[in-house]
Amino acid sequence: MSWLHFFILLPLLFAIIIPILYKKIPKIHTGWFVVIVPLSIFVYLLTFVPMIAGGETAMYTLPWIPGFNIDVSFYVDGLGLVFGLIISGIGTLVVLYSIYYLSKWREALHNFYVYLMLFMTAMLGVVFSNNLIVLYLFWELTSISSFLLIAYWYARRQSRYGAQKAMLITIFGGFAMLAAIIMLGIMGDTFSIRELFAQGDQLVQHELFIPAMILLLIGAFTKSAQFPFHIWLPDAMEAPTPISAYLHSATMVKAGIYVVARFTPFFGGTMEWFWLVTGVGLLTLLWGSLLAVKQRDLKALLAFSTVSQLGFIMSLLGMGSAALYYGEGELAHLHAMAVLAAVFHLVNHATFKGSLFMVVGIVDHETGTRDTRKLGGLLSIMPISFTLALIGSLSMAGLPPFNGFLSKELFFTGTLNASSLDIFRMETYGFLIPVIAWVASVFTFIYSIILVFKTFFGKYQPERLEKEAHEAPWGMLVPPAILALLVVMIFFLPNVLSDYILEPMVASILPALAGQFDFHIEAWHGFEPELFMTIGIVVVGTILYLTLRKWMGLYNNLPRALTITNAYNSGLRGMESISRKITDAHMTGFSRDYLRYIFVIFVLIVGTHLFMMDAFSFETANVANINLFEIILSLVLIGATAMVVITRSRLAAVICVGVLGYVVALFFVVLRAPDLALTQLAIETVTVALFLVCFYHLPRLRKKEDGDGFNIPNFIIASAVGILVTLVALSANGHRIFPPISDFYLDAYELAGAANMVNAILADFRALDTLLEIFVLCIAGLGVYTLVKVRLARGEKNENQ
Amino acid sequence: MKTNDVILQTVASVSAFIILTFAAYLFFAGHHEPGGGFIGGIVIASALVLLYLAFDMETVQQGIRVDYKILTGIGIGLSTITGVGAMLLGYPFLSHTFEYVTFPFFGEMELATSVLFEVGVSLAVVGATMTIILSISEDV
Repeated sequence: MSWLHFFILLPLLFAIIIPILYKKIPKIHTGWFVVIVPLSIFVYLLTFVPMIAGGETAMYTLPWIPGFNIDVSFYVDGLGLVFGLIISGIGTLVVLYSIYYLSKWREALHNFYVYLMLFMTAMLGVVFSNNLIVLYLFWELTSISSFLLIAYWYARRQSRYGAQKAMLITIFGGFAMLAAIIMLGIMGDTFSIRELFAQGDQLVQHELFIPAMILLLIGAFTKSAQFPFHIWLPDAMEAPTPISAYLHSATMVKAGIYVVARFTPFFGGTMEWFWLVTGVGLLTLLWGSLLAVKQRDLKALLAFSTVSQLGFIMSLLGMGSAALYYGEGELAHLHAMAVLAAVFHLVNHATFKGSLFMVVGIVDHETGTRDTRKLGGLLSIMPISFTLALIGSLSMAGLPPFNGFLSKELFFTGTLNASSLDIFRMETYGFLIPVIAWVASVFTFIYSIILVFKTFFGKYQPERLEKEAHEAPWGMLVPPAILALLVVMIFFLPNVLSDYILEPMVASILPALAGQFDFHIEAWHGFEPELFMTIGIVVVGTILYLTLRKWMGLYNNLPRALTITNAYNSGLRGMESISRKITDAHMTGFSRDYLRYIFVIFVLIVGTHLFMMDAFSFETANVANINLFEIILSLVLIGATAMVVITRSRLAAVICVGVLGYVVALFFVVLRAPDLALTQLAIETVTVALFLVCFYHLPRLRKKEDGDGFNIPNFIIASAVGILVTLVALSANGHRIFPPISDFYLDAYELAGAANMVNAILADFRALDTLLEIFVLCIAGLGVYTLVKVRLARGEKNENQ
Repeated sequence: MKTNDVILQTVASVSAFIILTFAAYLFFAGHHEPGGGFIGGIVIASALVLLYLAFDMETVQQGIRVDYKILTGIGIGLSTITGVGAMLLGYPFLSHTFEYVTFPFFGEMELATSVLFEVGVSLAVVGATMTIILSISEDV
């Protein structure tokens, strides 16, 4: 347990007291308490910066399940640290913003902040985990907490739809990633990322290398909303705006990028990785920017813009992975610039997109709509919001003097370098990369302009807005203003950021090149092709924006039936109807049918196995002597069982079941297992009491009306189960391959200080079993409670009607 | 239907104490003799069931103001926390330890952290069992 462990789990621990704070101190907005958590994490993580900038890393390990190579080890390097800073930094601003965005009177704040804190721990866990299994655990936790946050306003149908869509798609990807993780575990015989990377060179030839790569990428692509999995992100915009700003632009959607970056040292340098990551990234970049232009809802526009920008970063990571092919030298350095551009844009995107989301939230909050057709002319009413929107949008469009310009120039450099590659068959298709990048950037420019102009210029139409527009309170303006300030500051001082933050990050993505390079980011780099590309974007983009009306109609020609969302919807409907049919076929509502299915399957599986493996054996050598007393007990047992079946009286049946229980307890006594006997007796007593309680209300036992009372299939099934269990029991005794482990427990007194071996096993050696057993008991109790109470509640309602 | 069950009630109130004492014995005997948290919990539950059978539900509830659902939660929480406690000290989850300590009056006795775990088990068992029995018997 280290401080890092504590701070990663801090949001989770804090989540426990949020509902109490919400109930006990309703006068103060709960957000004011919550904001301390991300802030303290941010400050704590800042203390790592000097160490990381010095090229060092740190690892904190906590053993968890050492037997399976699973431990909670957190690893701090450039990549993880920057993500951690973004998560906690933007997290602080988002919580601050949400204090003004969510009303403390109307909203279920305790739910909101509990989910948010859950998410924060999950996200921090993902970026710092060194163990793949732990990483997967946190990875799925991000999906679940995101589901809860998207469905925060769960009364709305669209919110539920969006939440379900996001969860189905990202968890599907998560399963793919789990398969990849298991494959990696098989390949390297470890789940530690560090140890796996150390064996990277030998594992390239492994037959599971490519399948693991593809499955891992599916996981990363679904999370980062890459084409064709991007369809969940626009629907996720049903979440409250602080959530959209936080999860769906700055943090969670970047988890996929994190994974791609994290695994670049392992998979990078191969042709498959290069093409998959670059290709999907470019496709997403282009598709997202094309669709963003057509959106009328500002948040949907930003959602598609995020999709596009994620593709941007993804493609750069793909192109930069070529550096690992060269390993060192001038060419490697050239392509490493692409990775620098990727991480640089990652930081830039978090700043400008975070602020843009918050500004759109302000517009929504103050006017009641996000529809570009209704908005307009807000410039004079909301000047501060306008300034923030302008800064964010121009940065997104890639214009100076904002940080987006720098990373976009680097992006063009990266594409031009990639197109001149002579490996990976780039000589044939390489020219496409800069072309796609340029076209996508033109559309990026257009939607950035749309965002500002349609909202803040034009005619103010108060009659179409839901409420009179006015400037937001300062508390809502401060968080985006801080981000906008960063946007400008990074433009003027990019190399401070680069030296302290970005270079360690590149070093952890391209470890082979660590220490070999020294990047210098410049705003002015002469009359290079990149600059002309930017000028071309502004010129063509402006012309296209002015003629927007003329060609917007082209979007209507896209066939609606062929969209991916449509495919998702019909797929969902199809799955639902198929599973309904399957369920209807076997869920008849009669427990005798269920028992029949269970027993038939049991007999088929176990019986076939016993037969196929030729596993039956009957060994009398190690059987103890049977004395008269045991024979009598067995006869009583058989007699009581027979009585249960034959009797027509429920009381007699209950008594016979009780007899069975007590006879089994006597067996335990005879076989010298007093603990078991004691437990069995007590349980039997409580069970009889339970019977007494509900006996009065049970219906009378009735003979089955149909048939002659003798059902041949049932007879066969029952006999088969009985015979099979006997055979298995005999075989279990006949096969003694390994020496019994009971000798270990004989040392219970030395190991656990308990003379009672059974109890030492229960409380010390196998305490987890006991713990889970009481969980089961608790769930059973609550299950009975809800079954009874829910039915009661419904009955009362009927009475009222 | 109101019956005169004075004998049952008198016997029950006396024997409930005997059973509870026995339960306490079983609980503490668990480490070296037959017994333990689970069985202790079951015996406590059976004493409570006896009381509920002899008296009516309201009377017992007035004497024992416990929400058994919450009791279950407390039990599970306690058991889990004893496991987490080991993690805080850098040992695997649910590691337990024991120590022999000499007390002024009782002499040398064994103190084991697993007792805390067992307390949690007992509370969870009592809570869950009573939840089940009471919700079924309330369902008239």
